[in-house]
Amino acid sequence: MKVSHLTVSNISKQFDKNEVIKNLAFTVEKNEFVSILGPSGSGKSTIFSLIGGILSPDQGTIHLDHQVINGKRGFISYMPQTPSLLPWRTIVENVLLGQELQGKKEKEEALEMIDIAGLAGYENAYPHELSGGMKQRASFIRALLSPQSIICLDEPFSALDELTRLDMQKWLLSIWEEHRRTILFVTHNIEEALFLSDRIIVLSNKPSQVAAEFHVPFSRPREESLFLEDEFLEWKRKIYYSLKKTGE
Amino acid sequence: MMKVIAKGWRPLLVLLLLFIGWETVAIKSRVPDWLLPTPTKIFYEGFNGWANFYPDLLSTIKLSLLGFALGLVIGLLTAILLHLLPFIRESIYPLLIISQNIPIIVLAPLLVIWFGFGLLPKMIVITLVCFFPITVAALDGFKQTSNELKHYMIMAGASNKQLFWKLELPYALPSLFSGLKISATYSVMGAVISEWLGAKDGIGVYMTLASSSFRTDRVFVAIFAIVALSLLFFSIIVLIERWLVRWQLKGAK
Repeated sequence: MKVSHLTVSNISKQFDKNEVIKNLAFTVEKNEFVSILGPSGSGKSTIFSLIGGILSPDQGTIHLDHQVINGKRGFISYMPQTPSLLPWRTIVENVLLGQELQGKKEKEEALEMIDIAGLAGYENAYPHELSGGMKQRASFIRALLSPQSIICLDEPFSALDELTRLDMQKWLLSIWEEHRRTILFVTHNIEEALFLSDRIIVLSNKPSQVAAEFHVPFSRPREESLFLEDEFLEWKRKIYYSLKKTGE
Repeated sequence: MMKVIAKGWRPLLVLLLLFIGWETVAIKSRVPDWLLPTPTKIFYEGFNGWANFYPDLLSTIKLSLLGFALGLVIGLLTAILLHLLPFIRESIYPLLIISQNIPIIVLAPLLVIWFGFGLLPKMIVITLVCFFPITVAALDGFKQTSNELKHYMIMAGASNKQLFWKLELPYALPSLFSGLKISATYSVMGAVISEWLGAKDGIGVYMTLASSSFRTDRVFVAIFAIVALSLLFFSIIVLIERWLVRWQLKGAK
């Protein structure tokens, strides 16, 4: 039997008497882009804390390939909601941090990625000299350069303004289509999930479970015009109703 | 540099006016020199007696640098220890505060009785004065580390050691430097007090001799030397801070 890259099997987690996640199960294939879509407060961040090993599930297991990673840190690379760049490091030093934590550093590769990311000329700038969108780009490059095989993105664009967010989504797709990695993307934005992912997992309200799962049929590379196509809007409606149902 | 000159003239002018006022009052009211010498007489003594004073100054500089270095090491180590081991922090922190409540003037003679006239009691005095601001400042700095950055580091798999060296220590630097500035100026005072205990040379010895022989001008020379030395140490720390924490200064603009 083929083993998925990441397998989350029937995990549950509760804080005191508050059940946050109950029998949650899903898989992510190698080099797949999967979005987890859920209403706010549905325990999306808790799922990441469990996969990242900060928390341990009360029940169930999390497998990365054949290895159980319950409560073990260092198996994922991570991009948080805020850029979280270290203010005393230049962009290139920041981008290398993910690698540095795991051992080896490859500066050449980092400089190349900075160039591809459209941050050329800012290698030796400090984070405060960059705009919000540029900081998030650096943060994503940092996650991409980290040696781990799976990248977890926690609502990375939710703090950006509308226009920048669209730019960043297009930018993320263009980079990812060139440098395929396994991505688990948490968001509460339906359009974002549809535009970016291969598959969308809709979470129910607390306690979180998988309420629905959608395979996104749009071919790649995807263009901005996709947002206005009838099929896209049709899908948006479908997912919207499935989300709404979970809220009731 | 231009900024320093542009800002620096105001305190200098105030100081100059103060000296002129002092000079005029001292001359007009005919205060005897052993009571209050005029600034010109003090500068005259400082200039003429330089050869005599110089060895004492050098000795105090050495003593304060040595004491400051020791205070820095002990202060920083204490902070790191208390930060990394919270159960020790709870039990030791009150003790640290008590160490600052004992008047040095009372403690100093006791230290001589216990440890003699050597370097050890002097180092204890200076370290006792110096380490506390460093420990408190560093501890506060460690504690203030941004949760957001900490969360990223932990999620990205940083070990506790990496978390400390790559995040908490650099994050605490600006705070640590406020402590260092206080300690650097205290170190001179600590050195002078420790020299009162009994030493061959040093500003403290020079001062005691001068005051017991009513050479008030020399007492003032010693005072000015202590002030100048403290300012010098302070500025050196500020320069090092500017260089080490340059990312933050740029952000402030």
